[in-house]
Amino acid sequence: MTWESVIGIEVHIELSTSSKMFCGCAVEFGAEPNTNICPVCLGLPGALPVPNRKAIEWIMAIGLALNCEVSERSVFHRKNYFYADLPKGYQISQFDIPVCHDGYLDVTVDGETRRIEIERAHMEEDTGKSTHVGDGGRIHAAESTLLDFNRSGVPLVEVVSRPDIRSAAEARAYAQDLRAVVAELGASDVRLEEGSVRFDANVSIRPEGAEGLGTKVEVKNMNSFRSLERAVEYEIERQISVVEAGGELTQETRHWDEEAGVTRSMRIKEGSSDYRYFTEPDLAPMVMSASWVDEVRVGLPELPAERKARYSNEGLDPDLAGVLSSSPVEVRDIFEVATAAGADHRRAANWLVGEVTAWLRRTETDPAKLPLGGEQLAELVEIVDEGVVSSSAAKVVLEGVLQGEGSPREVAEARDLVQISDMSAIEEIVAKVLADNPEAVDSYAAGEEKVVGFLVGQVMTASRGKADPKLVSELLRKKLSS
Amino acid sequence: MTLHELTIAEAGERLRAREVSSSDLLEAALDRASRTEAQLHAYLTIDREGAREAARKADADLADGIDHGPLHGVPVALKDNMCTRGVETTASSQILAGYIPPYDATVTRKLKEAGAVIVGKTNLDEFAMGSSTENSAYGTSYNPWDIGRVPGGSSGGSAAAVAIGSAFAALGSDTGGSIRQPASLTGVVGMKPTYGTVSRYGLIAFASSLDQIGPLSRSVQDAALMLEAIWGHDPLDATSYSGSYPNPSAALDDGVSGLKVGVVKELAGEGYEPAVETAVSAMVDKLSDAGAAVVEVSLPTFDIALSAYYLIAPAEASANLARFDGVRYGHRGEGATTEKLMARTRAEGFGPEVTRRVLLGTYALSAGYYDAFYGQAQKVRSAIQEDFSRAYGSVDVLVSPTSPTVAFEAGARVDDPLAMYLSDICTIPSNLAGHPAISIPIGLDEQILPIGFQVMAPALGETVMFQVAATVESLAGFTERPVLEELAS
Repeated sequence: MTWESVIGIEVHIELSTSSKMFCGCAVEFGAEPNTNICPVCLGLPGALPVPNRKAIEWIMAIGLALNCEVSERSVFHRKNYFYADLPKGYQISQFDIPVCHDGYLDVTVDGETRRIEIERAHMEEDTGKSTHVGDGGRIHAAESTLLDFNRSGVPLVEVVSRPDIRSAAEARAYAQDLRAVVAELGASDVRLEEGSVRFDANVSIRPEGAEGLGTKVEVKNMNSFRSLERAVEYEIERQISVVEAGGELTQETRHWDEEAGVTRSMRIKEGSSDYRYFTEPDLAPMVMSASWVDEVRVGLPELPAERKARYSNEGLDPDLAGVLSSSPVEVRDIFEVATAAGADHRRAANWLVGEVTAWLRRTETDPAKLPLGGEQLAELVEIVDEGVVSSSAAKVVLEGVLQGEGSPREVAEARDLVQISDMSAIEEIVAKVLADNPEAVDSYAAGEEKVVGFLVGQVMTASRGKADPKLVSELLRKKLSS
Repeated sequence: MTLHELTIAEAGERLRAREVSSSDLLEAALDRASRTEAQLHAYLTIDREGAREAARKADADLADGIDHGPLHGVPVALKDNMCTRGVETTASSQILAGYIPPYDATVTRKLKEAGAVIVGKTNLDEFAMGSSTENSAYGTSYNPWDIGRVPGGSSGGSAAAVAIGSAFAALGSDTGGSIRQPASLTGVVGMKPTYGTVSRYGLIAFASSLDQIGPLSRSVQDAALMLEAIWGHDPLDATSYSGSYPNPSAALDDGVSGLKVGVVKELAGEGYEPAVETAVSAMVDKLSDAGAAVVEVSLPTFDIALSAYYLIAPAEASANLARFDGVRYGHRGEGATTEKLMARTRAEGFGPEVTRRVLLGTYALSAGYYDAFYGQAQKVRSAIQEDFSRAYGSVDVLVSPTSPTVAFEAGARVDDPLAMYLSDICTIPSNLAGHPAISIPIGLDEQILPIGFQVMAPALGETVMFQVAATVESLAGFTERPVLEELAS
């Protein structure tokens, strides 16, 4: 039987607001434990929550960027459960009326684009952090648990997709694209390793073409895109092998073990959890007026998908458009300036995603400190077009520009890279090379055309790279045939 | 008249005339406390040192010409479910034994800013759950009119303190009648403001959508002065009202001529003591004589208000009290795992009534029961609000007894929760609607126990409510004070 996998993904995004969701405490990663706390985020008796307006604007922005509708009125609920790092004994979250609902994200894998629908994006607060001490950090064997409430109350947006994802690769692409959108907005630090973006995957399988849904397994603890993809891949295979061996799947939560590369069943809770959601009486319903939503909408930046489409319209092929679109903003800004200054879009883009990006990586330079202006890039493209420098010499020119040696033209002059455009000078070198390589000349005469490449190389060497190779090649063929 | 019997207004006049000092007023209250606390147990904590310092400061300020207003230098008490920085706050629960808040409730801060002197923290039913103050983990309070009887609850300590004079006024909290019912049972004025007008920041929550802080005092005017000091928009409370506020002191002398007074048909009959009904009807007649147009009004949903209340309040309480888990503060039970520690903490820390309500509320919110219980109760709540709106279409205020009975004997209802719950039958509807209501003492029954008269008004109707209440007060001419066999100081 052929199986189809059905995957839904929940993404938790910690917003990078300056203060927490319901109090004025700072949001700061890596602070001394229990230093950013107050009566509200510690759940002291009598303390009350007051919503952070900026956080509401961020979730509206995230929702709009994901093509969601923003509810006119949205309500906070209490999600009740006991846990040591949950100070109030309930989490303020949302239940039946989230801030955003019914959106989508188009995801492309291997050239095929599919629309993944988004059910909802809701607002909630993060919990504190438990660290289990002793015996390898496992909760049941731990000697003690340390609690840090700095994270308690940090605004969290949860984006829930519909079960529209059909492969592990698609799950990864969805997660990456979602993260890129959030990064573009500036709504979060989007650092996976610090937990500011976290993924859970709901995975099930069904016979290809079937309508209903299979037994759903929730997979947790993936902290990179790669581990998300691996975990989903593993879980799909596991489910297929269980079913094909005549076994039955259990609805459960499984933990991804990165080292072992397997998912493991977590402790099975007695009965299903009942969070006893009810309207949070300490908070009035939020009202998102049309004018407020418009204000947020107008403030949205160009999103990765929109930008990619624009680049394509400007003549970049889809791959190049995609790579440039997800390049750092500083790199993209250079592209905008260079093309506005007249540079060919495709060539400017190739320089940026090729040589410039490689240089950034090699020198470990922060893109914000990239010492290249759009005008300079336009000039670089121009001098190649004009034949002032060869394309190989242009790479050396770029290196010089990046090292602060001046404009492309200045660097080309200073480094003596300007192509020899004087025909007689080239003819002189060609004549010399032909005279010095009689065997090659004979070979050509005997029909071995490929020796032209060798001879071109000889001429280039003799000209120290400054001759135009195309010109040299033409000249050589003319001479050899005469 | 001795100092401890003065109203805030009278004490204020003498303070400003330099006839007495704030320290004199405080010593009078403290002396009163030392003579009566062994019998009444109105207080859980008396902060003699802090209060004396505050009184000295108030006197020094006044000498320097700094006058913080009507409450300047006046000794007041706070129910022990309001946070006081540096002073133990327990909500009468074992689970908060020794808990010292690191911050002041907004009402505490406002009273301090108004120059009031905080005498101490008064007893209550644990987490304000009860109508007799017998559910306190630290012992029952008693009624100054008869120490064999309860002072009502849950703000019974505040009521007893104001009635006996160990505070000039006090704050209580009212979730289903917890200010008005004890005020009625102890012969003082007790008032629940419109929901959202007094900040709940720093009030240890019982049922957040119903809880409201308000004053207990010896006169209607004093209640207005206290209210004006503590209310107002608070950015720390997201349910705080931010529009314009009524003016409770404005119309105290205006009488009731031309006002329409509705007598609630449903709050009479079976279960109401004859003496209570007689006194209430007599007052209604007096209001009519004073020029009010009196009509009987039916609010049929009042009959199911109690049932709705006992689903909504415990449901909210079950979540509000979840934070008491022994992890961060308060009592901690022994347990090998976090789950066991939490379970042990709560089993040991909560008294039987609190446990009952947490279980009831948890059940009412559970999957499969939510619609039948909590959901249904919310519908009843809306229906009550609609009933009120209809009634206020034709009358300015509604009146009724505050409590169907006078103070009952200690122990009489402890084993019968339903009988205890019925104590609040007249007061609960205003909480469910978020409306203001006030209880004014109007007389004594033949056992020399006070009877209270309730005036209810629509949201933000405090101005007209105080106008009627002041008229009731003057028509009743109630000046009796409890006589307690005092112990030697």
